[in-house]
Amino acid sequence: MFRYTVKRLIQGVITVWFIATATFIAMHSVPGDPLSGERLTNEEIRANLEARYGLDRPLFEQYLIYMGNMTRGDFGISFTQQNRRVNDIIREHFPVSATLGILAVVFAALGGILWGALTALFRNRLPDVVIMFLVILGISVPSFVVAGLSQLGLTSLNALFGVSILPVAGWGTLLHMIVPSLVLGLGTMAFLTRLMRSSMLEIINADFVRTARSKGLPPTRIFLKHQLRNAILPVITVLGPAIAAITTGGFVVELVFAIPGLGRYFVQAVQQLDYTVIMGTTVFYGAFLVFMVILVDLVYGFIDPRVRLE
Amino acid sequence: MSTAAFEFGPGDFERVAIERRTQTLSRPSVSYWQDAWRRLKDNRRALISLWIVIALAFFTLAGPLLWRVDPAAQDLDQVSQAPGLPQVAVIVEPYVPWAGLRATPLAAPAGGPGAAAGAGMPTDAAPTGLRLVEPATTQAVRLAWDPVPGATGYQLYRNIYDTEPDGALGLPVAEILDPAQVSFEDRLDLEAVPYWYSVVALDANGAEADGYVTLRVETSRVISAAEAETLGWIDDAAAVAIGDEIVLPYHPLGTDYLGRDMLSRLMYGARVSLFIGVVAPLLFVVVGIVYGSAAGFIGGRVDQLLMRFADFVVALPFLLFMILFKIAFGIGPGESGIFPMLVALVLLAWPATARLVRGQVLQIREEGYIGASQLLGAKTTYLVLRHMIPNTMGVILVTLTFAVPSVIFTEAFLSFIGMGVAPPTPSWGSMSNEGLRTMLTHPHELIFPAIFISVTVLAFNLLGDGLRDALDVRMRGQE
Repeated sequence: MFRYTVKRLIQGVITVWFIATATFIAMHSVPGDPLSGERLTNEEIRANLEARYGLDRPLFEQYLIYMGNMTRGDFGISFTQQNRRVNDIIREHFPVSATLGILAVVFAALGGILWGALTALFRNRLPDVVIMFLVILGISVPSFVVAGLSQLGLTSLNALFGVSILPVAGWGTLLHMIVPSLVLGLGTMAFLTRLMRSSMLEIINADFVRTARSKGLPPTRIFLKHQLRNAILPVITVLGPAIAAITTGGFVVELVFAIPGLGRYFVQAVQQLDYTVIMGTTVFYGAFLVFMVILVDLVYGFIDPRVRLE
Repeated sequence: MSTAAFEFGPGDFERVAIERRTQTLSRPSVSYWQDAWRRLKDNRRALISLWIVIALAFFTLAGPLLWRVDPAAQDLDQVSQAPGLPQVAVIVEPYVPWAGLRATPLAAPAGGPGAAAGAGMPTDAAPTGLRLVEPATTQAVRLAWDPVPGATGYQLYRNIYDTEPDGALGLPVAEILDPAQVSFEDRLDLEAVPYWYSVVALDANGAEADGYVTLRVETSRVISAAEAETLGWIDDAAAVAIGDEIVLPYHPLGTDYLGRDMLSRLMYGARVSLFIGVVAPLLFVVVGIVYGSAAGFIGGRVDQLLMRFADFVVALPFLLFMILFKIAFGIGPGESGIFPMLVALVLLAWPATARLVRGQVLQIREEGYIGASQLLGAKTTYLVLRHMIPNTMGVILVTLTFAVPSVIFTEAFLSFIGMGVAPPTPSWGSMSNEGLRTMLTHPHELIFPAIFISVTVLAFNLLGDGLRDALDVRMRGQE
């Protein structure tokens, strides 16, 4: 287990290096740069600015400096907001995205497990048909449409009661978080429901379940201890990629609900060609996702003894 | 017994046909694809999805040939038009300037404290008798009202919503500083919708009174013959008479916020969305097949190396790198940005297919018929082309079908955050993005592209489920 962990961590570090390098190459092959705006016609000013951001050095030297700074965890200064360090932007806005993401993952996982188990228990009966229809809808409707429609729904709900029951946009209190995290988690929840249903259907008539039944165990105990515990395993495996999907899906939800998260900043930076912010957030997000996947895999090893043998 | 010698010649013998009765096929044999088709036909959901996909292909390919409306052409007379029947306009005389109505200004009510005109106007004085001088048209709305005693002028407002609930008067359209002028002609960008006009009296200091009067005006769409000819709605201005009704350019699904035809934009948008949705999976599946079969077939260290690289590409955060690559390739002026998106998709999405094909190849390599083929002297290329690829085709087809909706989603997502196709090229994603801004007032601009994305994704997902059940022997029966 220890060797496996170390191996995965080394792999993770190499992956992050790969991400950082790919980001560097991609960003330096962009036609045009943030300094080629309309105002900076003066050659001298331009040269000074290039010197400040180190753009006048040879590309390989730039790469070495960049990698050196990255390993020290220094992402540099923003190009468009000149007195803001990228680290500060991340420190300020990532907690917002993380809160939203964690809520969405919790909601998606709980919902997925619950609905999936329910549909399997009521296979081909009304609850199954209704939930699976909703699931297919949840997989097929893009998140920005869901986000827009839920905002529309909130507006009319608030108008109906005459008071603001749930805020339509913004961030701050727990009430602000409910609808965006529901919207963000919806697609993943639909996907997890499908997965949970099929794995539950496999388990539902397994031999050990029949044995448990013939021993005379109460149905709730069979459901909780035998069926649910076994059926949940595939859901945990995909939680890593699901976290990735939810984090990047957060861009849209943050944009629509005006949430000051890192995703919104990233989109903004991309539109303004803010080199350092793009590189910083990409590497940060990339590293975060890579280690989340590793973490989920390791946790999986603890939960399922069969995997620990490797 | 006759002693005549028997002479046997070759003609006395006949070849006996080899007959093996141990096994007979009494039914025509069914190939893998025939069997798969039979299974697919029994799956009602998959079959309906297949029809939807065919209908979408027709909509995309033949649609623009049947509905010849330029998706970039702006019909400024019908901006944000809701879907419905064709709009008609009545031919009227060309516009004639109007002098307006004048009235003698009334002095302040007797007993008012101020000596100057208007100084004594009560602060809640409201004009009365707001009326239409002639029927309101999109050419002009001519209003008149009774003079307010003591007023020095009037302020006019126009609203496209009812002013009643919260007293919002809307857009200030005119300030009349002549107390004798008690009429107003509105010609500002009139559309065939109801308007709420309000008039407020101004006191001696030019400040507005609290009272106001509102009139709901229904304008009818009219146009002069000459104008209609200029816009190309009719061929000959002389051929129509005053009072004739002419039909405006028809937009069955309405228009967007720039007056562009929704149906035409949806068709051209389908070209972009479906083109990327179909071509990108095809390309990266081909790359994946080549890469995966090479790795699986060569094996050993090369395989290890190739697959490690694939692992790294898989670990890249997909959407982040889609955005990065999109910026890196850049979009020149006048380009639609479809090509950079295709390249980025192919660069990032191939490893999944490569892994799958490699697994399949490793498995098939051990099969008996491969050994037999090798014994008969088959070369590697022959083995790959004749045995490996056809045998993995089912799995690949399923991957392809599931890749289509995810690529369509990716395109829509990128276009939504403004990183997709460049305007004015329509795509369903960018149309949704534009529609979201006018969602509250003109929901059809969001709902149509959203429905198209959802139905397409749904159809491909269900078709993929059906194909998997029909083609993938091991997945059969699972849900």
